[in-house]
Amino acid sequence: MPSPLFLARAVYRRRRLRDAARFLPLLGLLLLLLPALGGAGGGEVSDAIYLFVIWAMLIATAALLAPGLSQTESEDDAAEPSDGGEGVDDAL
Amino acid sequence: MAAKGWMMPFNLLVLTCLIYVFLLFLVAFVVERRAAHGRLGFLRSPVIYTLSLSIYCTAWTFYGAVGYAARSGIEFLTIYLGPTLVFVGWWLVLRKLVRIGRQQRVTSIADLISSRFGKSNVLGVVVTLIAVIAATPYIALQLQSLTLSFAVFAKDTPEAWLLQGREDVALWVAAGLALFTILFGTRKLDAKEQHHGIVTAIAVEAVVKLVALLAVGIFVVWGLAGGVGPVIEKIAAVSNPAWELQHDRWVGLLILSAAAVISLPRMFQVMVVENVNEAHLSRASWAFPLYLFAMSLFILPIAVVGMERMPPDTNPDMLVLTLPLAEGQGALAMLAFLGGFSSATSMVIVETIALATMISNNVVMPIWLRLRPSAALSGNLRGGVLLTRRLAIVGVLALGFAYYRISGGSAALASIGLIAFAGMAQFLPALLGGIFWRGATKVGALAGLLTGFVIWAFSLFLPSFGESGLISATVLEQGLFGLMWLRPEALFGTEGMDPLVHSVFWSLALNTTAFAVASVLTFPDPVERIQGVAFVNAFDREAQAERLGWSLGQAEPEALLSLAQRILGEEALTFFEAQARGQGKEGFLPDLTPEFLAEAERRLAGSVGAATAHAMISQLFGRATVTVEDLMAVANETAQIMEYSAKLEAKQGELTRTARQLREVNDKLTQLSVQKDAFLSQISHELRTPMTSIRAFSEILTEDDLPPQMVGDSGRIIHSEAVRLTRLLDDLLDLSVLENGTVQLNLELAHLGKMLDRAVQAAGQTRPERSFEIKRNEPSEEIYLLTDPDRLVQVFINLISNARKYCDAEQGVLRIVVKQKAGRINVDFIDNGKGIPKESQQLIFEKFARLTDQMRAGGAGLGLAIVREIMTNLGGSISYLPGQRGAAFRVTLPLRLEKPGGG
Repeated sequence: MPSPLFLARAVYRRRRLRDAARFLPLLGLLLLLLPALGGAGGGEVSDAIYLFVIWAMLIATAALLAPGLSQTESEDDAAEPSDGGEGVDDAL
Repeated sequence: MAAKGWMMPFNLLVLTCLIYVFLLFLVAFVVERRAAHGRLGFLRSPVIYTLSLSIYCTAWTFYGAVGYAARSGIEFLTIYLGPTLVFVGWWLVLRKLVRIGRQQRVTSIADLISSRFGKSNVLGVVVTLIAVIAATPYIALQLQSLTLSFAVFAKDTPEAWLLQGREDVALWVAAGLALFTILFGTRKLDAKEQHHGIVTAIAVEAVVKLVALLAVGIFVVWGLAGGVGPVIEKIAAVSNPAWELQHDRWVGLLILSAAAVISLPRMFQVMVVENVNEAHLSRASWAFPLYLFAMSLFILPIAVVGMERMPPDTNPDMLVLTLPLAEGQGALAMLAFLGGFSSATSMVIVETIALATMISNNVVMPIWLRLRPSAALSGNLRGGVLLTRRLAIVGVLALGFAYYRISGGSAALASIGLIAFAGMAQFLPALLGGIFWRGATKVGALAGLLTGFVIWAFSLFLPSFGESGLISATVLEQGLFGLMWLRPEALFGTEGMDPLVHSVFWSLALNTTAFAVASVLTFPDPVERIQGVAFVNAFDREAQAERLGWSLGQAEPEALLSLAQRILGEEALTFFEAQARGQGKEGFLPDLTPEFLAEAERRLAGSVGAATAHAMISQLFGRATVTVEDLMAVANETAQIMEYSAKLEAKQGELTRTARQLREVNDKLTQLSVQKDAFLSQISHELRTPMTSIRAFSEILTEDDLPPQMVGDSGRIIHSEAVRLTRLLDDLLDLSVLENGTVQLNLELAHLGKMLDRAVQAAGQTRPERSFEIKRNEPSEEIYLLTDPDRLVQVFINLISNARKYCDAEQGVLRIVVKQKAGRINVDFIDNGKGIPKESQQLIFEKFARLTDQMRAGGAGLGLAIVREIMTNLGGSISYLPGQRGAAFRVTLPLRLEKPGGG
C-alpha cells in the first residue's frame, strides 16, 4: 500500500509531534553533556543549577508532548494502517 | 533532651519495621483480593505505574546519593539524568519494549532476549546467569545500607553488641528479606507474571521514600541552613578537589545509567512485565523523571550541610539518618529510616522476584522438562515452579550476603551500585539490536553477551573484591598471564582512564562489536527469523491484529463442543456428556475445569496431533498466545500427514501404471502366443503336404515290378516335392533372417530396367504355358539405383510370378509403371484381373496367407511376407494399390539407399 504524498493537516502535525518526541532525548543529551565540555560557565553551583533547569525543561517538554503522543497512538490503530515513522526505527 | 531524642530503643525500631512490613503486606493482600475479583480501579492508574517505577531509586539513592554527592559533587546527578533521557525519549525505545513485552507475554528480560532469538534456551540461561551475578553486588548494597542504618540506631543502646558483629545483622536482614519476598512474591503463580499487590506496595513505599527524603531535605535547607540562598552559598564555598567534574566519568555514567534503566531486571519487571496499559508509559515519560528530580533536589544540600555539621569521620552514606539524629529530630530520623528501609526492601523484593522468575522459567524449568517430559502433563508443575522460585530467592539473597561479606562491607554504596549497573548494561546491545535490527542473530547475541560479561567481570567485578579477593595483586599490576595489555584496569594499554569508565567502555564496545560481527556472519534459523520480524515490526498493524485476534477468543463450552464435534464427531457428545456427569451436571456442557480441558486436549490430540490440539485450545481460551514454536509443530504434523498421503498417492499411481503395463505385456504375449500357434500349425501343414506325397510315392517305389514309367513319374514327383520342401525351408530361413534384420545387403548401382528384365525373364518360368503380356515403358526405367539388386529382383520376380499365377483374366496383361518422385521411386505392378477383395487386402502380406487353396505354383504363402520384409530392409515399402481394376502393388524405394548406421 503506497503511502500518500500529502497528508491531512492533523495527521501531518501528529507525525511531526512524533519527530519532536524522537528528537527530544538527543537534544537533552547534548544539553546535559555541556557541563562536561566546560560549557556551562564553571563552578559547582552554576553547573548544578544549569542541570536542574535543563532537567525541569526536559520534564516539562515531555509532559507537553505526552498527551498528543498517547492520543495519536490509540487513534492510529483505526486510522493509519501503516506508519511511515516506523521506517526510522527499522533503519536504526 | 536532644540526647534523649535520638536514643531510640532498638527494640522499638525493630517493632516499627515489623509493623511497617505488616502494613505493606496488608496493602498487597487487599490489592490481590481486589485483583482476583477484577476490581482494580485506580490501582491500575498511571500514578501507581509511575510510582512503581521508582523502584529505580534504591537504598543507593536514599543513602548512597548523599554520600556520592559528599564525595564527588554533582556527579551523582548522572545516575538520574540518564534515566530521564530514556524516559523523555520513550517514543524511541521504551514504547517498543513495552509493546513487545505485552505482545509476546514476556516474563523477564531473559525471556525477552531468548524469545527474540528463536526461543533459545542457551541465551535464556546466559542472560539469567549474568543478571544474577550482576545483581549480587546490588543486593549486597541494600544489605550493607540496611545494616549501616540499623547500626546507626543501635549505637549507644544496650544492643550495641550488634556493632561487634555486623555480619549478624546483615544475615538477619537477609533472612528477613528472603522471608518477606517469599511471602510477597510467591504466594501464587500468575500466567502473566504480574503481581498487582506487590506493585501497589512498592508504590506506597515510593511515596514513603519521597516524603522521607523531602522531609529531611526541607528540614536541612530551611531548618538548619536557613533558606535556599545560604545553602547555595555553602555549596559554592565547598573547595573539594574531588568535586571537580570529571569529563569521562560524566559522559560514561550518563550512558551507563541510561543503559541500566532499560536493562535492570527489576526495572524491566515493573516497566514491561507489570505494565497493565501501554498508555501509562506516556504519563510516566515525564512523571518518572519528575520523581527522580524531586529525589535529587535536596541531595546536594543534605551532603554539604551534613559534612559541615558532622564530625569528619562520619560515614557520608548515612548522613540522611545521622544528621536528623544529631540534630535531635528523632521522628524525622525514624521517617528517614523507614524511607531507607522502603528503598532497600522494595528493591530486594522486586529484584529477587525478577531473578527468581528468570531462574525458574529460563533455567530450571526447561532443564527439568527436558529430563522429565512427562511432568508437563501432570498438574504438579505449579508446585515445582513455586518451590524453585522460593529456593531461587533464598539463593540470590545468599549470594548478595556472600558478596557483602567478601567485599568487607566498607565500600561506598555508589561504587557498588555502579558495578552492578555496568554488568546489567551488557544486555543493552542484544536488547536494542533485537528489537530494532532484524539481522541480529542468536549467535551474535550470545557472542556479544559473553564478551561483555567476561570483560566486565575481569575488569570491574572481580577487582571489586579487593586484593584479598579473586584477582591477585600481581594480576592487577602485571596483567593476566603477565601480559601487560591484559591488566584488568588498563586493557590494551588504556591506562589513563577511570577504572569504571574503562570497564564500561571496553565491555560495551567489544560487546557491541562481537554482537554485530557475529550477527552479520551467521545465519538465523527459521524461528529466529519469524521472531525477529515479530519483534522489529512490533507496530506492524496487520501482524498485531492477527496476534491480538489469536489471543482474544472467548471461551465457552459450546465453542469447545462445536470444535470438538468438528474433529471427533459423535464421540465428542458422549465425551462431553460423560465429563458433565462426572462434574455432577446434566446435559452436554461441563464446566471448563483444568482437568476437563486437559482431557479434551488429549482427546483432540489423538486426532489432530498434540501441537495442533494445544494451539486450538489455547486459541479458544486465549490463555496463552500461540507461539511460533506451536505453529511450527502444527506445521510439522500437517507436513507429516501431507507427506504420508502424497506418498500413498504416488504409490497408487505407480501401481496403476504397473498394472496397465502388465496388462499390455500380457495382451502382447497372448497375441504372440496365438500367432506362434497359428504359425506352427500352418508350417506343419505346409511341411506335411509335400511330405505326405513324398511318403506315398516312395511307398509305391518300394513295391516290386512297377512299370518303369510309373517309377519315373513317382521319382519326378518325389523330386519336385522335395524341391518344394527345400524351397519352403529356404523361404522360412530367408524370412527369419529378414525379420531379424540380420540380412547382409550388397549395395551397388543397378539399372532399374535391367533388373526388371531379369525379373521378367526369371518369372517366365512360372506357368510358362500361360501367355502373358507385360507392358513396360522402357525410357522411364532408365534409372540407376543404389540398392541391393539381387534382393530387389527377388521382389520383382515374386510380384510378376504372382501376377502370372493368380491373374484370372483370359488374356493376362501386366503393366509395370515406374515413377520418380522426390528421391524415391514407385514401381507399380498392375494386372488386369479381378484384383484382391477389400477384406483380404490386409492379409496378403501375412505369412501363409493364400487367397486360394490351389497350390498352383507350389508356393507356401510366404512370398509376399518375404517381399514386405525385403522392402523394409531396402528402406522402402510395398503396399496394395486399391482401385486399379486389377490387382496392383506399389513398390516404393529410395533412389540411394544409405547404409544402415554402423551396417
